Amino acid sequence: MGEHVIKLPDVGEGVAEAELVEWHVKIGDLVREDAVIAAVMTDKATVEIPSPVDGEIIWLGAEIGETVAVGSPIVRIKIAGDGPAETVAEVAAAEPNSEARQPAPAAVEAAPAPAKKAEPAAKPLAPTAALKPVPRATTVGLPRPEGERPLASPAVRLRAKEAGIDLRQIPGTGPAGRVTHEDLDGFAARGAAVPVAGLQAKSGVEEIKVIGLRRRIAEKMALAKSRIPHITYVEEIDVTGLEELRAKLNAAKKPDRPKLTLLPFLMRALVKAVGEQPQLNAVYDDDAGIIHRHAGVHIGMAAQTPGGLMVPVVKHAEARDLWDCAAEVNRLAEAAKAGTATREELTGSTITITSLGAMGGVATTPVINYPEVAVVGVNKIMIRPMWDGTQFVPRKMMNLSSSFDHRVIDGWDAAVFVQRIKALLEAPAMIFVEG
Amino acid sequence: MKEISCKLLIIGAGPGGYICAIRAGQLGIDTVIVEAVKPGGTCLNVGCIPSKAMIHAADEYLKVSEMAAGTSPLGISLSAPALDLARTVAWKDRIVGRLTTGVAGLLKKARVKSVQGWARFRDGKTVEVDTETGLQVIRAETIVIATGSVPVELPFLPFGGSVISSTGALALKQVPQALAVVGGGYIGLELGTAFAKLGAKVTVVEALPRILPQYDAELTRPVAKRLEALGVKVLTAAKAKGLSAKGDALLVEAADGSEQKIAADKVLVTVGRKPLVEGWGLEEIDLDRDGRFIRIDEQCRTSMRGIYAIGDVTGEPMLAHRAMAQGEMVAEIVAGHKRSWDKRSIPAVCFTDPEVVTAGLSPDEAKALSIEIKSSSFPFSANGRAMTLLGEDGFVRIVARADNHLVLGIQAVGTGVSELSSAFSLAIEMGARLEDIAGTIHAHPTQSEAFLEAALRTLGHALHI
Repeated sequence: MGEHVIKLPDVGEGVAEAELVEWHVKIGDLVREDAVIAAVMTDKATVEIPSPVDGEIIWLGAEIGETVAVGSPIVRIKIAGDGPAETVAEVAAAEPNSEARQPAPAAVEAAPAPAKKAEPAAKPLAPTAALKPVPRATTVGLPRPEGERPLASPAVRLRAKEAGIDLRQIPGTGPAGRVTHEDLDGFAARGAAVPVAGLQAKSGVEEIKVIGLRRRIAEKMALAKSRIPHITYVEEIDVTGLEELRAKLNAAKKPDRPKLTLLPFLMRALVKAVGEQPQLNAVYDDDAGIIHRHAGVHIGMAAQTPGGLMVPVVKHAEARDLWDCAAEVNRLAEAAKAGTATREELTGSTITITSLGAMGGVATTPVINYPEVAVVGVNKIMIRPMWDGTQFVPRKMMNLSSSFDHRVIDGWDAAVFVQRIKALLEAPAMIFVEG
Repeated sequence: MKEISCKLLIIGAGPGGYICAIRAGQLGIDTVIVEAVKPGGTCLNVGCIPSKAMIHAADEYLKVSEMAAGTSPLGISLSAPALDLARTVAWKDRIVGRLTTGVAGLLKKARVKSVQGWARFRDGKTVEVDTETGLQVIRAETIVIATGSVPVELPFLPFGGSVISSTGALALKQVPQALAVVGGGYIGLELGTAFAKLGAKVTVVEALPRILPQYDAELTRPVAKRLEALGVKVLTAAKAKGLSAKGDALLVEAADGSEQKIAADKVLVTVGRKPLVEGWGLEEIDLDRDGRFIRIDEQCRTSMRGIYAIGDVTGEPMLAHRAMAQGEMVAEIVAGHKRSWDKRSIPAVCFTDPEVVTAGLSPDEAKALSIEIKSSSFPFSANGRAMTLLGEDGFVRIVARADNHLVLGIQAVGTGVSELSSAFSLAIEMGARLEDIAGTIHAHPTQSEAFLEAALRTLGHALHI
């Protein structure tokens, strides 16, 4: 029996470590070649790590949520035949590192697994993962290959049949992967919730580990709210004229141009406003006590994705016209939703816009995208009756809810900034006038 | 005669049919069963039960004969025994009678209506039965075909006169002086062995290179050895050609091509059984076939809606207990329960001397499925109880998956091993691993300890060898 060590591969350019977000195996599992054993996450991109061999998992090198350095061992697999050997797991997107995949017997310690990991980046292992001796080799079933009949006693098979449950869907916990009565009960309780008439009390608490993107969001939000004293300023803006202009531009646009939303107008207005108030287009390194005022305007745009909130960045908005801004917004939103946004596209913003579109509500209290100093929140456009001096007229009104880092931005400056944006959006021709 | 309408009609009251009827009756289904002869079918009337009765009688007779000859190692001696085969057959018939009467009673108790006569399909919902009192038309929502199987006849050795089938052999009034058995399968060997023990000079003619060809050579070796000890002559790779002109001998082309004449006052032809698919109107309903058999799915449904088929008419293995399980399942399906065929093991027993039991996969079958296996056997020569029974020949063998030790098959050959078949089948149905069998206490002193030891030996630590 040999041993195979899988090391964390280089999952992205310049990435030194990755967060382990999912184990697909546990100690004692038998895995087949190419079965996914783990998923790691780097800068919001998730990468699956397949097993290069058939064998039994004898050691896991990290806990879920733990950050692992590239090149550190993450899994040891007991394999039939000669060993030891090691690989850096291949990643579909990454270039296989041929040098690192060559056997290096000296690097492998004999089983049982070492209690301590060499990599300084990683936290200490939980004792269960590290100290558990090599488990029984033959008592755990291989994952059932396709087409093989599930293993269960006649009584379990009968109950499953009567309940209309396909036993092939139930992972058996019994010897050799046998499906037990308990497995069936558990499956039925999870899967087949029978609707019951009337009100019923429910019990049970589901535990969900905060990992991956959610953990990053949580950390960043906590950081922003704990360090930055927010001041939020809400102002209403009459966008009737802007909406007319937008409708006309969309009606007359060339077919190869993107449909304009409000966002590119706001971006252009933002560029103009921060040109006059450069202190708002900045990043505040509060540890060092230095404000970095940026010449380029890199606008982060908060976007909802299936995995959670992401903030792709429209770089150099000051150098983009209205159409270019619109095209870039569309492209980045798609990439973020598809999970293909690169690390570069997700970092480097100097100011951020957050918009919930039709769900925008009347007012919000946006959280600043730390370490920036300002965030502009877009609320919903509503037709409201406005007094024009002689009568009430229906106008398209939209609120802007903007937050500022009150340590470095005074309320006065914040108000001037928002009023400037208001003036630009209410007379949209001004957005396009130079100087 | 007035038409009968019912929910469920079963054609044939063999083991499959009568079980289906009893279970349907229990479930409150309005059920009618049609049988041309007697309830119990081949199994009770001319198969399993009467043959086992005769085999037992032959065993007893052989024992006392050995005692009379002074060759019994038990130290018992007595004067020469006498056999009145007519009385033996009468005893056997009484057992059969009790059982068939019992089945009729069970059907009645389950409120199943029995109709005696030959059934014939008129269409997919209607069957007409020739009864003693005239033609009875039965209309049914659901029909189960359980017509069973019949012995295969050889065109050059038609049944009649000195050529008999297994049915005829069980009704003989005298032990033949010389019996030729054509076909070295389990039926021929069971009956041939019994008649040899009763004093007949038996010759077995088998066309294939060895007897019991469905089993591997390791399993059949003790049987071949015992046949030799009993004085049974076995001609393998030999072809029966027909009766001699005088009718007192069987002509055989031996393995070397030479023509042989085997003196025989009876020729027993046991070359297999075929499904009974003729004479009951299969052509009227035109069901899909699977070779000679009726094609069924995992719920025993045929190609026509509302018509099921069970038992020997649906294919191999042609065994009563398979038919019974199918019959029970179909009754429950008709009652609206969710059922489908999911059996892992249909054990098979061959009541030769010694007996052979198989359940699940043999080593060769497992290898043919590309499964990596572990397999080991434990001999009865190392089992105390077997010694006390004068039954040291044979062994128990286990086949398990190499990776997770799941038991895939169990085979045994030895005296009385038929009763071990339940343990074998239970182990396979329950999904036992070698460790499960090894971890179960098996009573001492019994032959079942060989089962435990075979599991231990496959795991590499047998205790008594």
